[in-house]
Amino acid sequence: MLLNGSQIFVEVLCEQGVDTIFGYPGGAVLNLYDELYKNADRITHVLTAHEQGASHAADGYARATGRTGVVLATSGPGATNLVTGIATAYMDSIPMVAFTGNVSTDLLGRDSFQEAYIEGITMPITKHNFTVRRVEDLADTMRAAFRIAQSGRKGPVLVDIPKDVTANKCEFTPKQPEPIRTVTTFDEKEVSWAADLINGAERPLVYFGGGVRSAASCQPLRDLIHKAGIPATYTLMGAGVVPYGDPLSLGMIGMHGCYTANRAVSEADVVVAIGTRFSDRVALKPSTFAKKATIIQIDIDPSEVNKNVQVDLSVVGDAAYILQAMLPKIKEAQHPEWMAQIHDWQAHDYHPVSDPSRLMPHQVIGEICSQCGPEAVYVTDVGQHQMWAAQYLRHTKSRGFITSGGLGTMGFGYGAAIGAQMALGRDQRVVMLTGDGSFHMNLNEACTAVSYNLPIITVIFNNQVLGMVRQWQTAFYGKRYSQTDPHRHTNFVKLAEGFGLKGYHCENLAQFQAAFAEALKNDGPTWIECMIGKDEKVLPMIPGGGDIRDIMME
Amino acid sequence: MEHTEQRKVVSLLVDNQTGVLARVSSLFTRRGFNIESLTVSATNDPTISRITVTVYGDENRLNQLLLQTERLEVTRQVFVLDDRKALQRELLLLKVAATVVNRAELREIASIYKAKIIDLSPDSMVFELTGKPDKVDAFLRMFEGYTILEQCRTGVTAMERGGMHQRMQKPPQEIRAVQFPLPGQSCPK
Repeated sequence: MLLNGSQIFVEVLCEQGVDTIFGYPGGAVLNLYDELYKNADRITHVLTAHEQGASHAADGYARATGRTGVVLATSGPGATNLVTGIATAYMDSIPMVAFTGNVSTDLLGRDSFQEAYIEGITMPITKHNFTVRRVEDLADTMRAAFRIAQSGRKGPVLVDIPKDVTANKCEFTPKQPEPIRTVTTFDEKEVSWAADLINGAERPLVYFGGGVRSAASCQPLRDLIHKAGIPATYTLMGAGVVPYGDPLSLGMIGMHGCYTANRAVSEADVVVAIGTRFSDRVALKPSTFAKKATIIQIDIDPSEVNKNVQVDLSVVGDAAYILQAMLPKIKEAQHPEWMAQIHDWQAHDYHPVSDPSRLMPHQVIGEICSQCGPEAVYVTDVGQHQMWAAQYLRHTKSRGFITSGGLGTMGFGYGAAIGAQMALGRDQRVVMLTGDGSFHMNLNEACTAVSYNLPIITVIFNNQVLGMVRQWQTAFYGKRYSQTDPHRHTNFVKLAEGFGLKGYHCENLAQFQAAFAEALKNDGPTWIECMIGKDEKVLPMIPGGGDIRDIMME
Repeated sequence: MEHTEQRKVVSLLVDNQTGVLARVSSLFTRRGFNIESLTVSATNDPTISRITVTVYGDENRLNQLLLQTERLEVTRQVFVLDDRKALQRELLLLKVAATVVNRAELREIASIYKAKIIDLSPDSMVFELTGKPDKVDAFLRMFEGYTILEQCRTGVTAMERGGMHQRMQKPPQEIRAVQFPLPGQSCPK
């Protein structure tokens, strides 16, 4: 059938199973928006306050479901506003397709109004990107974008569509979506070697990251650790894969990971690293990381092997297939001595002590968890509150913790929470944890939550300073608080009212309990501001470039 | 980690389309590799280009960079050429100030190195030389006492002797069924 570019755009989105897209209209995408208007029953478009919010929402949508998130923006500033969101998705390997409009092909490269060379700008932060110069190429380019985003190591793809391409007509042939192309092959021999190493280990440890979730290998991983009796620690991106409360789960590793996990990795004799990239926030000092261990790395991306830490055995492939092949070769085992040692470390680990005179982060998070239950989805921004959330949240869903790990994007949270809530529906409880610093960056998205009446509960940890940077200034810069004490007097309750949502202000735990209970009954969005001390710290902490010997517990 | 700075000639087979060179070279830039020379041209298959890059660098870091290059959508194959088997050639154009007085000695250098004289003007000569990079280097050293007006080297282009080392397609990846739920279904645990 003969269709114009905009009609093809909508047809291919539907063909790829896209039900929701996030975006913001503009001159270059008028044709596309006209077609979306006519197809509002097939595709829900969520209008955000800012394109950055839309890109984080598409990202949050993808993180909450595993499906590809889709964002649409206009040319020039619309496209450049997506950049932070695309980079965030790229660093965390999140499948996302970003569509941008551009000026007509005859105006490209002439500094036309609202023109930006977004293909060049996003080259290093996408898996791949395209400019569609002919309407005949549009459908297959969009299909390729969806295939690339989900195949192998996932990531964002950008498709730039000049305005005339959205108006020109060509013949369109519908196609079934391609199955996800991924790596199902791996070296059987390496899997056997890995199994032998695990079976022979006395002090084994599994260290996993977000790749386990991307590969949908959460269950094989749980089976592995239970069958072989291996304790497991995870990176920020891996939180939730092994449910909270599992006796074999040691908690998070790395800069703000617990003492036990960091100590265990330095004492283990075999470390199995799965879907993780030994980043500088985990292997803070690559030369001493897991020094006593034989390291086995399982990853889908061969360029991750030996990138930061030299490993002894690598198995390249999809963790789901590798772990399933490995399981029958694994002997059932217990490691009582090793576990006793771990329990001893746990007893001496950092445990926050509640102080009745003030509101403390762990109390707030504990209260949230007791009121929401383990099935809630938690979204965070970036900073101290993010680390507290990673340390103290008790959640059991593998996709229940949504956070910007690799890029560490302040302002990520509200957009991502909107995306998650849109993806999972109103019945899913979504709680967003943020700090006053991060929240000030993108709190404009509150208007989106109001427009769509999304019951997102936002808990603002307000210490009135930029806490994480300030913590570093306290520890390493002689308390010279350069630009971390902004003297803001934002009244979050009034601001909430201004946006048309409900706000609460809490200075103690009783107030917070009451406010949160009310928020749970609220049909629309809610903000709860919690006043916490500006000297609250995230502990333990290993300084950058240090190792377990440098850990700070107070 | 010991650092072993090595000169490597890398052959990349990539899709022949706009922007490919930018994608590849920006990866090299990002990892801090200085490209010593780079040549690009279409292969016998017009949809595929060959990029030949000469770089100096630490072997481990270079290997990691090449794996990252292989990961690009546009890359079909990456291989480091084996020094013992590689045929490397470079073309040099050299314009030297020449007068009646020294023309003869310049011609002698050219004839020993089998360089061609492709232009003779009243005050200059242009040589064309093809050869391995070290032959070109040696030839250039002969001109230390002369005035070089202009110099242009193409950079190394290379292939291995015997057999066929290039494969034009990425290794096929198997296909498995869609693992994530379609719209309207609940998310996986």
